[in-house]
Amino acid sequence: MATPIFTRTLRYLPRRTKHPAQRLHPRTLATYTSPHQAAQLSILPTTVDPNSQTYRDNAAAMGQLNANLTRLHAEAAKGGPEKARQKHIQRGKMLVRDRVTALIDPGTSFLELSALAGHGVYEEEVAGAGIVTGIGEVEGVMCMIVANDSTVKGGTYYPLTVRKHLRAQEIAQQNRLPCLYLVDSGGANLPHQADVFPDRDHFGRIFYNQARMSAQGIPQISVVMGPCTAGGAYVPSMSDESIIVQEQGTVFLAGPPLVKAATGEEVSAEDLGGGKLHSEVSGVTDYLAVDDAHALVLARRCIANLNYPISPSSSQKQSWKEPLYPPTELDGLVGTNLKQSLPMHEIIARLVDGSAFAEFKPLYGSTLLTGFAHIQGHPVGIIANNGILFSESSLKGAHFIQLCCKRKIPLVFLQNISGFMVGKDAERGGIAKNGAKLVTAVACAEVPKFTVLIGSSAGAGNYGMCGRAYSPRFLWSWPTARTSVMGAEQLEAVMKAVGRKVDVGLKERIERESQVEFGTARLWDDGVVVPSQTRQVLGMGLRAAMGGSVEEKKTEFGVFRM
Amino acid sequence: MRSLARTKRPLLPTIPPSTLTRTPKWNSTTTPTTNQPNSASTPTYTPLHSILIANRGEIALRVTRTASAQGIRTTTLYTDPDAHSQHALSSPFALNLGSTDQYLNGARIITLAKEHNCQAIHPGYGFLSENAGFAKACEAEGVKFIGPPWKAIEAMGDKARSKEIMGKAGVPCIPGYHGGNQDPAFLAQQAESIGYPVLLKAVKGGGGKGMRIVRDASEFDQRLDSAKSEARSSFGDEVMLVEKYILTPRHIEVQIFADAHGNCLALGERDCSIQRRHQKILEESPAPNLAEEIRQDLWEKARQAALAVGYQGAGTVEFIFDNETGQFFFMEMNTRLQVEHPVTEMVTGLDLVAWQFLVAEGKPLPLTQAEVEQRIKDRGHAIEARIYAEDPSRDFAPSTGTLLHLRTPTTSETVRIDAGFVQGDEVSAHYDPMIAKLIVSAPSREQTLRKMVQVLEEYEVVGPVTNIEFLKRVCGSPAFGRGEVETGFIRKFEGELFGRGEVAGEVWVQGAIGLWEAEQRGHSGGDVSGSGGTQQILGFGGSGAIPQAREFRLVEVISDPLAASPTPTIVKLVKTGPSTFEVSVGREDGEGEGEGEGESYTVTSSWNPSTNTLRSFFPGTRLDTTIILTPPSPSSPNSSQLTLSLFHHGALYTLSPLPPRWASKALFGGSHEDPTHSVVTPMPCKILRVEVPVGDVVKRGQVLVVVESMKMEMVLRAPGRGCG
Repeated sequence: MATPIFTRTLRYLPRRTKHPAQRLHPRTLATYTSPHQAAQLSILPTTVDPNSQTYRDNAAAMGQLNANLTRLHAEAAKGGPEKARQKHIQRGKMLVRDRVTALIDPGTSFLELSALAGHGVYEEEVAGAGIVTGIGEVEGVMCMIVANDSTVKGGTYYPLTVRKHLRAQEIAQQNRLPCLYLVDSGGANLPHQADVFPDRDHFGRIFYNQARMSAQGIPQISVVMGPCTAGGAYVPSMSDESIIVQEQGTVFLAGPPLVKAATGEEVSAEDLGGGKLHSEVSGVTDYLAVDDAHALVLARRCIANLNYPISPSSSQKQSWKEPLYPPTELDGLVGTNLKQSLPMHEIIARLVDGSAFAEFKPLYGSTLLTGFAHIQGHPVGIIANNGILFSESSLKGAHFIQLCCKRKIPLVFLQNISGFMVGKDAERGGIAKNGAKLVTAVACAEVPKFTVLIGSSAGAGNYGMCGRAYSPRFLWSWPTARTSVMGAEQLEAVMKAVGRKVDVGLKERIERESQVEFGTARLWDDGVVVPSQTRQVLGMGLRAAMGGSVEEKKTEFGVFRM
Repeated sequence: MRSLARTKRPLLPTIPPSTLTRTPKWNSTTTPTTNQPNSASTPTYTPLHSILIANRGEIALRVTRTASAQGIRTTTLYTDPDAHSQHALSSPFALNLGSTDQYLNGARIITLAKEHNCQAIHPGYGFLSENAGFAKACEAEGVKFIGPPWKAIEAMGDKARSKEIMGKAGVPCIPGYHGGNQDPAFLAQQAESIGYPVLLKAVKGGGGKGMRIVRDASEFDQRLDSAKSEARSSFGDEVMLVEKYILTPRHIEVQIFADAHGNCLALGERDCSIQRRHQKILEESPAPNLAEEIRQDLWEKARQAALAVGYQGAGTVEFIFDNETGQFFFMEMNTRLQVEHPVTEMVTGLDLVAWQFLVAEGKPLPLTQAEVEQRIKDRGHAIEARIYAEDPSRDFAPSTGTLLHLRTPTTSETVRIDAGFVQGDEVSAHYDPMIAKLIVSAPSREQTLRKMVQVLEEYEVVGPVTNIEFLKRVCGSPAFGRGEVETGFIRKFEGELFGRGEVAGEVWVQGAIGLWEAEQRGHSGGDVSGSGGTQQILGFGGSGAIPQAREFRLVEVISDPLAASPTPTIVKLVKTGPSTFEVSVGREDGEGEGEGEGESYTVTSSWNPSTNTLRSFFPGTRLDTTIILTPPSPSSPNSSQLTLSLFHHGALYTLSPLPPRWASKALFGGSHEDPTHSVVTPMPCKILRVEVPVGDVVKRGQVLVVVESMKMEMVLRAPGRGCG
């Protein structure tokens, strides 16, 4: 409905002329980038085809390994022989796993440590080395729980029982977790006394640790649910608070038979060191419980009264996304053939929040993957093997560890390493010096470190990737893990090359010794994890390390040989 | 428009009729019709602007509702324990009376009414509503008493005199002796001539007090004594009357309404036969299985009764109806608006309080008898259920406590709730334990009953024990459905109404999961807002994984002191994911150990803390259950244990987790006493009798002490064998 005048006006408007100069150099404005668009940078893609033959073969092979481990765990979890278990129940005592269940908050997880400890180590079967250790939440406080299983050889301490107990205390100390000891043990296993009693990391260390931890403000609570004889008597006695079950728990330096032998005095166990005596007369224990369940409720109340910090780490995000791809696919994409390289990006995509991995130096030293991600809201720096370690990859790793230490970001190592590169070129490039930089960085890093053995863990690669000797807060194995100084075949070849007579079956022995059941039975790790649960286990470890009470240490690196 | 009408209202001689009824449909009687011959000649109306409500609870709220709708200012009264009760808060004008008994202080209330410019006093029911002296004092002080003339109250208040008047007016009365000769031998002789069974009743009595049934001559003397002593302690008067006792009687009453112009209408009858402790719990209109000519006769006699005493306002003429002979006899007339008046309102579509105002203002009744009948025919049927804080299994003993949870059905034109309480209120021992009245209506009795069951299922109360479950049973009873009502109904169908049903396995599971979720939610650090959470069993699992199953030992809470103690049900739960549980249900065997292992299955549950509902997907079905936790309170003997109230498929289940096995040893081994083995009264009360001497060995269920509280006698029984 334009009037003629208006049309005319339009017609007589000067026409816009385009300036050629402007078109050659257009000004680029600061484009608005949506956070969603920016996030695309970090999201890992996947190419896994669950219908492919390889995937199905891998899944089947892993399934077999898992089934075997499930069987072993179920067997170990039973504890002692059926007869001992029935006797235990008839005495009105709770089985150790029921005790732990009653102790922890309903609906929370329990992170059991080294459940297969002692498996196949001794002539007799010592299920779980006769002790259950693990991290659980009690009244919202993450605690280290150390519980004797008296159905296993009377709960006596074998050498590996001591190691498992000490390892639990070490974890508690490093992560500042209050300790709860559910004591039901006959003390040191006498036939093995030489490997239990005298050395630094033997029985005595338990009480040393208790004293030191108490000094550091890490609460020590014990519940006497059975005998605590001789050295064992110090567990409740060295605790901040202790609870005893009447007509069941006893604490004494020498039991009635020994007393009779020593002084001729005849006395019953209850009168010598029972709950009533210690709660009413001696004051060795603080609370008297009528049964196990009552004692555990009292223990929970002790924890509630610790006034122990429970706030989550300030750097943990309030909410997070699960990985985009199901962690159950890890079985199918990893498989058991360690000669094939593992698709490390695919693995990371199934471990981290939202499958987002901000990779650092993706184009440099690409046999080692480094980058930032989150696991259950915790920021983490991930270092993962994607081939042999070269000079470049070592330098990149050391650089990345420095970044994480400056930023107080915990480190997660995903190991699948057969070693550092060897050969003329490598040595000329200073692989020894550059590898040493990585080892120095790993050794000195004071941020919490977590190691997951996914595949091979061999040679100095084990060191550079934070093996057991580098004190990671936790070290877990996948069922596929192989730990040895070198592969069994290479080892045999080396032996032959140096002209030694090779034992019959050496290869098979090395093969067997590098398998996960062998290592975990000897406490080379903190337990075998189900691959698809790795994320939950890491999340719980991170919470133990980063939440609640935390000791902040500043990292000081040693000399980096340039 | 509305504000305009309001400002003009005092100038208008009449209230627009549309405000007098509860239905907007009613427009048939815009002007008073033929049956008000005097209205045109004497338009001396005194419009009400401001009234004082001398009552409490739901009736005070009920009166306020109509008054507010008509723009009449209401002033409410409250005593100290009632300061925060709903009626006191309902009006900006609320006056404090002080101590508990002051609702009965007539003189003070009249003074307050005058001080605060209240033209009239509405007495509600109970308290001063049938106090002729109060009505008289109101008149003397120039305050309008919204009710009948004091003379009518006085005439009907004395049972013997009222029957005399009725007899003269041609209203049939029950054969009996109502005279002054109180010689026991003479009374026994009278009983003989009337014919056993007979009823002994205090002349001044009411509410079942001072009343005894005598079945034959041998027990006459003993019953007379006990009736007299009760009457003496209740009313300070022991004059007795003797009446024929009818074996299958029904309680049918007629609502009448009379104005100052000599009009009197019967607004239908109500059958109130379902009674416990001689008090009504279900009322309906029209009365079922009643021949039309008897109904008409009842109405006619009721109107005659009202006219005989020059009645004005709302009143109820109560008859006892003999189901066998079809005869009916006058019992008494209640000269007030009754608790069950909403039944009549629902079945006629009228607002009786509005009519009370109308009559108080001196206006004629706006309907004719024929119009009323037509309305009842059009509307069908209505039933009222009284929801009481009382425990049917303990002989309907009153219960007190805070209403921890209250969810009511949605109200509509056909579903009405008159309540004096909201969630969080306290049902105190000082006053009547009625929580609410639930009234439904529908075109037929059958439909009304069906609807009543449905809305009762939607009525959820946790706190005091209520009779809701009992009401559901009565309404669902086939005999009640057939209209076979009589005052002995509850006694007659005792087995059906009080029997216990089996609690289904799912209910136990819902209880256990609900307890877990309600108590543990947000409690653990692991359940942070992250989408996944960490509530999962870690490790290679199998039967040895930690956590192991947790055992919930639950029992049904049975308040009946004579019932056998129930066998605990064992629910074993393992939480295997953020919302999944592995569940197994079994029964504990005799020893309390080695319980039978039930089948095991997976349940996915989600708990909504804002509505307290648990939605669970069982292998075969989905179940939504509302679960309310009542924490144990040491001060209240009703709830020494943690209890769970589950509203599940329209039924209430009350479960309780058994105390842990160590509890009795650990808590009661020393100076503490196990509350399950001691006798504590459920509320403050007066001790009437102690039935056992010191040192006696008593059996479980034996009566120990008789106490009185909330105007009711209660017995305390031994919880187990023992000696004191």
